[in-house]
Amino acid sequence: MSMPAIDVRNIVKTFGDFTAVKGISFSVEQGEIFGLLGPNGAGKSTLIRMLTTLLPPTSGTALINGFDISKQANDVRVAIGVIPQAMTSDLELSIEENLLIYAKLYGVPRATRTRLINELLEAVELLEWRDKPVKNLSGGMRRRVEIARGLVHEPRVFFLDEPTTGLDPVSRTAVWEMLQKIKATRDLTVLITTHYMDEADRLCDRIAIVDHGQLVALDSPLKLKASIPGKNVLEVSFGNAPAGWGDRVRALPHVEEITEHDHVFRIASANGPATTLALMAAADQAGVSVNSLSVQSTTLDDVFVHYTGRALRDALQEPSAADRGMIMRR
Amino acid sequence: MHRMWAIVERELRRFRRSPMLIVMSMIMPLFQLVILGYAFGGNVKHLKVAVVDQDHGLPAVRIRELAGAVSAGARTFDTIEYADQGQALTDLRNGVVNGVLTIPPEFSRRVLTENEPRVALIQDNTDNFASGALSGSISSLLAAFNAPPTPARVAGKATLDVVEVYPYVPYIQYLLPGSICMSIFMMVMIGGGIIFIDDKARGLHEGYLVTPISKFELIAGFNVSGTIKAVIAGATIMIIGSIVAGVPQPLDPFRMLRMLLVVVVTAFALISLMFLIMVRVTDPLLPRAIFGVLNTLLYFPSGAVYPTYAFPGWMRVITSVDPFTYAVHAFKSLILKDTGIGAITGDLLYLLAFSVIAMGAATMLFKRTL
Repeated sequence: MSMPAIDVRNIVKTFGDFTAVKGISFSVEQGEIFGLLGPNGAGKSTLIRMLTTLLPPTSGTALINGFDISKQANDVRVAIGVIPQAMTSDLELSIEENLLIYAKLYGVPRATRTRLINELLEAVELLEWRDKPVKNLSGGMRRRVEIARGLVHEPRVFFLDEPTTGLDPVSRTAVWEMLQKIKATRDLTVLITTHYMDEADRLCDRIAIVDHGQLVALDSPLKLKASIPGKNVLEVSFGNAPAGWGDRVRALPHVEEITEHDHVFRIASANGPATTLALMAAADQAGVSVNSLSVQSTTLDDVFVHYTGRALRDALQEPSAADRGMIMRR
Repeated sequence: MHRMWAIVERELRRFRRSPMLIVMSMIMPLFQLVILGYAFGGNVKHLKVAVVDQDHGLPAVRIRELAGAVSAGARTFDTIEYADQGQALTDLRNGVVNGVLTIPPEFSRRVLTENEPRVALIQDNTDNFASGALSGSISSLLAAFNAPPTPARVAGKATLDVVEVYPYVPYIQYLLPGSICMSIFMMVMIGGGIIFIDDKARGLHEGYLVTPISKFELIAGFNVSGTIKAVIAGATIMIIGSIVAGVPQPLDPFRMLRMLLVVVVTAFALISLMFLIMVRVTDPLLPRAIFGVLNTLLYFPSGAVYPTYAFPGWMRVITSVDPFTYAVHAFKSLILKDTGIGAITGDLLYLLAFSVIAMGAATMLFKRTL
């Protein structure tokens, strides 16, 4: 069995009294696309910053391509490519200049520099824009520049910290396609953090759900979805639900789990259509009005709700733990 | 060290595309040179002196004639005849006149009897420069009044002969060394410190920190690129300033080369100091906030605008460690005295030692992690 590309061992990071990462362990096999999924402040960025040597762990460690992040930081840096959360390209420089400077920072030999830059610009479809200053590019194009920049020294492990945050849907899709194309042509292990469920579902071979600094679930998207009750999820909002209405709903056919948040019921059902018909009949009989109703297949969002007790979209509104950590550090 | 050159290349490519940065770092020192040079450098002229002649004798008339000669010649002051001393003093207090020259009754008689004749100058001493010029001019006037009509063949009194080694130095030339240092400092601040912290705040440094570049290579890269930028600013002001200030043979290539050497060493010392100050700073407002403080602390105690001999003891301590002091001294030697390298070796050695210590300390303090 080959050595894991990433081997995280009980890693902890504290900022003052606040523990941002609470003893996380996992490993990523060579060639895998591994997703870290969680809301803002879950500890994803802190974890990725430790793995990329930007933050020293408080305890525990990790091996990247066999190198210890604490003891062999420089070897780790040579082995990895990193796309930080913030856009870090030089706005005044052209696309090609950005790649050239980083190729020199990584010590890429002059003989291979030009070839690598050309290949990467072609892969991210920016070849004809190579002379344009980065400041003239759209957010999506800038992200593609950074993806190319992160690969300019042919790393074995590629870290992307929320690469599509702040991009419009079209640019997000373009970045996904770009990543899949690059991955298909290179011997590359990818660790990507995101809070977009569809992104994680589409891109990742395996997903780790992180919440409040802890790993709450880890598996392939299919297995994660299969691990929670129900095949479908009904989201229903009632206008005048009486007391005990939740119990009535729970007793409907095929209902496996029910949660309520802000008067919206999320009902996990083994047979969505049958439960929907029964629910409408019960509401009609009880004189309860239905304001809205949707039925969908189980998604990673449902997986997140199941494991964390709240929807990711709600968790995203909470203050970021990373921000809290930064405040405490100051 | 190839990674250091990547940082230098990156910084200079960015610098080339920010022409406003280059212009702005030069405008302030150039304006300062011209405005301060002419504002402080001229002789005091056209002060108003009330002359109250209470004697009207021939010696009093002679005093008034000599005053009139100053008014017509050097024009340090213009005279206004007053009949009433009370009115003259009221006008002095109201700022209408700068001084009142009173020739008292009995002045002529005392002159003729050689009985300690005196005239009085009552002056507005709220302006030291004006009052100093006025009392100096009136003293010269009285010296001329006291001079014998025909000098004695063998003088009995010792006199002072002053020999000036260098041609007259206008204040604008005196100010030029400080202005060159200021242009270097401006570029170091704007093109070094402020950009460094802004990049940090924008997260650009995360990009570097995940590469295998060492702390020393990073700091050296920033220092070398900052030095090159500051040398461009300093050399430009050195050339333009020499012409504007009327330095004799302003473009003498040998002196220019010696001055360029001082520009390079000064730029390296100031950029090293800047990174030592900024190495742990993260707030982008801080470099802007301390800009004025640093400017005052480095520029004024250096002797750029006023001789350091006049400073109190505590201020001389600042002067003795301030890199500006040594740069200003070196530039003064080259511009005002046209000396060789030998006269500025001590200055160059101090600036180099300062650079090495500051850069070493900055490298030690630099955090390789966030």
